[in-house]
Amino acid sequence: MYRKIMVPVDLAHLDVIEPALEKVADLARHYDAEVCYVGATSNAPSSVARTPQEYAQKLEAFAKERAQVHGQPVSTKTISSPDVVADLDDLLIKAIDDVGADLVVMPTHPPKHLDVIMPSHGGKVATHTKASIFLIRP
Amino acid sequence: MENHSNDDKPRGSNGDSEGIPAPSGAANLIDTDYVIGQDNITASPMGINVDLHGKVFLFSSIVIMLFVILTLALQDQMEPIFNSMFSFLTTNLGWFFILGANVFVILALVLIFTPLGKVRIGGADATPDFGYAGWFSMLFAAGMGIGLMFYGVSEPLGHYGTAMGGISMGEDGVRTDWAPLGGAEGDQAGAIDLSMAATIFHWGFHPWGAYAIVGLSLAIFAFNKGLPLTMRSIFYPILDERIWGWPGHVIDILAVFATLFGLTTSLGIGATQAAGGLEYLFGIPAGDTTLVLLILGITLVALGSIMLGVDKGVQRLSQLNMVLAALLLLFVIAVGPTLMIATGVIDNLIGYVTHLPAFSMPFGREDANFSQGWTAFYWAWWIAWSPFVGMFIARVSRGRTVREFLISVLLVPTLASVVWMTAFGTTAIDQVVNAGITQVQDADLELQLFTMLEQLPLSAITSFVGITLVIVFFITSSDSGSLVIDSITAGGKVDAPKPQRIFWALIEGALAIALLLGGGLAALQTAALTTGLPFTLVLLVGCYGIVKGLMSEPRSV
Repeated sequence: MYRKIMVPVDLAHLDVIEPALEKVADLARHYDAEVCYVGATSNAPSSVARTPQEYAQKLEAFAKERAQVHGQPVSTKTISSPDVVADLDDLLIKAIDDVGADLVVMPTHPPKHLDVIMPSHGGKVATHTKASIFLIRP
Repeated sequence: MENHSNDDKPRGSNGDSEGIPAPSGAANLIDTDYVIGQDNITASPMGINVDLHGKVFLFSSIVIMLFVILTLALQDQMEPIFNSMFSFLTTNLGWFFILGANVFVILALVLIFTPLGKVRIGGADATPDFGYAGWFSMLFAAGMGIGLMFYGVSEPLGHYGTAMGGISMGEDGVRTDWAPLGGAEGDQAGAIDLSMAATIFHWGFHPWGAYAIVGLSLAIFAFNKGLPLTMRSIFYPILDERIWGWPGHVIDILAVFATLFGLTTSLGIGATQAAGGLEYLFGIPAGDTTLVLLILGITLVALGSIMLGVDKGVQRLSQLNMVLAALLLLFVIAVGPTLMIATGVIDNLIGYVTHLPAFSMPFGREDANFSQGWTAFYWAWWIAWSPFVGMFIARVSRGRTVREFLISVLLVPTLASVVWMTAFGTTAIDQVVNAGITQVQDADLELQLFTMLEQLPLSAITSFVGITLVIVFFITSSDSGSLVIDSITAGGKVDAPKPQRIFWALIEGALAIALLLGGGLAALQTAALTTGLPFTLVLLVGCYGIVKGLMSEPRSV
């Protein structure tokens, strides 16, 4: 029923998203879907990569590793922005259309009071897209 | 240093194992094992994530907080200390600031015309992140927004008054007047010429030269060399791997102090003017309570802008302000002495260039009060402010060539300053000279803009626009300032968690309140001056770093 699953990943904190990645693998096999890993990076050098191109390269390597795990076709998309912290939600919402995903799987945190001021990325994305969103809590 | 110049294979198929591909097209990454954020402390107290450079963050925030507490607790004792420090620094080290600023301007001008101007920030194939309108608005709003509102009327008028007054000698043979250069006693045309040239001098090449040098060097070392976006990176050609240790920490801590104090000086000036304007327009008393409430309120709005980020926050607000400022400027030109302003732009430009050598002479000045009290203070303030403006403009300038960058940061804003100062200054001087109106000259500094507007039609509307401009400039400064300080204290990480930016915006507000209550504007100015001094030294050394860095870059065609 789902053809393309988009999975936003943060290469700097792979340990945090590990549980979500396993569920992505199950879903991808179940629906025989393609998995598109999307990474957002700043234009300025970051802890993961010193240039957006280096980031893209690392994201591709990561996607290939995941393909070995679940055996489904993979693709990647690297988004770069001058202020990725603030723009992340908008960048992801746009990426959903750009890659043509019909399901987005994102790890998120349980609701907390701070959400009033700073809503979770998953929650924000879910209210602004037509695609289905699967938010995975730890 | 290794040269990776694989132009058309950005995906790094150059054989390096975990190879680092070039930035967009040819560039020359510095080979270092340092990983950005490796010295950072990460934690999430109370569900709030933080990711900070332990030493730089702790040291600078503790010192700043101590400073705020001391200044507030010992208000009476601090004010004389600030005042005597201010006069000590300007009297004895004025020449150093004047000399340093000259070096920055000359280097920036020379770079435009050398082949190094062809280097593109972010690699030969990088494309700009922001369009010209948004980019330029941000440059200007960050660079001098609040200052133009505060000094646009008051500075030309002040210089005009002192120039007309001519030279007066004290008993010890030292000049006691504040006239620029030799003054122009009783010579109206000469005094106008001199006062406008002096004002433009303070808002022209020199401030933008300092910004350009800092901005360009940061941009090159971050986007082309792959080093973290923080001040220490421009010292790589000199200190090598030592920049990751204490020498680098000290440079970054100095940058934090300079940025905070330079920024709060502007915020203090902006708050004073906005409070004055509100009293003038709506009769709200401009006491300490109003000031504090105003700073708190504006800081809250700034927090909202921080949440929206550069693209939707600072950029949109800056564009809004550009439009408002342009409307106000056109209005003043249209209803003010239009012909005088039009010819004034050319005359003042000529006057500026003619007087430039004398004004920028660091040694043997006879006009000590002017060159130390005005010029040296301004230079220290601009330099203190340069890491902030420089880092911010670096961050939004990826994809521009060095030549494009320098022309846009040095020449265009200088011309804009000439037009702005001429329009507001000429109108005010015209009111004094030709209409015999003296209210503007007699008004307090922060009210002179509003008093000048009162003599023109629709003053209720224009004054309101004026207050709005000051407040919005305040917001954009606070927002972009927090962004910059956050990235310095996070070891150059530009993607550190948002709450840190909020923390710095709150600190800026608190510091502005503490300094205003503790010692008024003198305290703010002294703080800017004190931090500007070591930073001038840092920048002079940085000049070498930037030339060295640019020399090793491939040039685009």
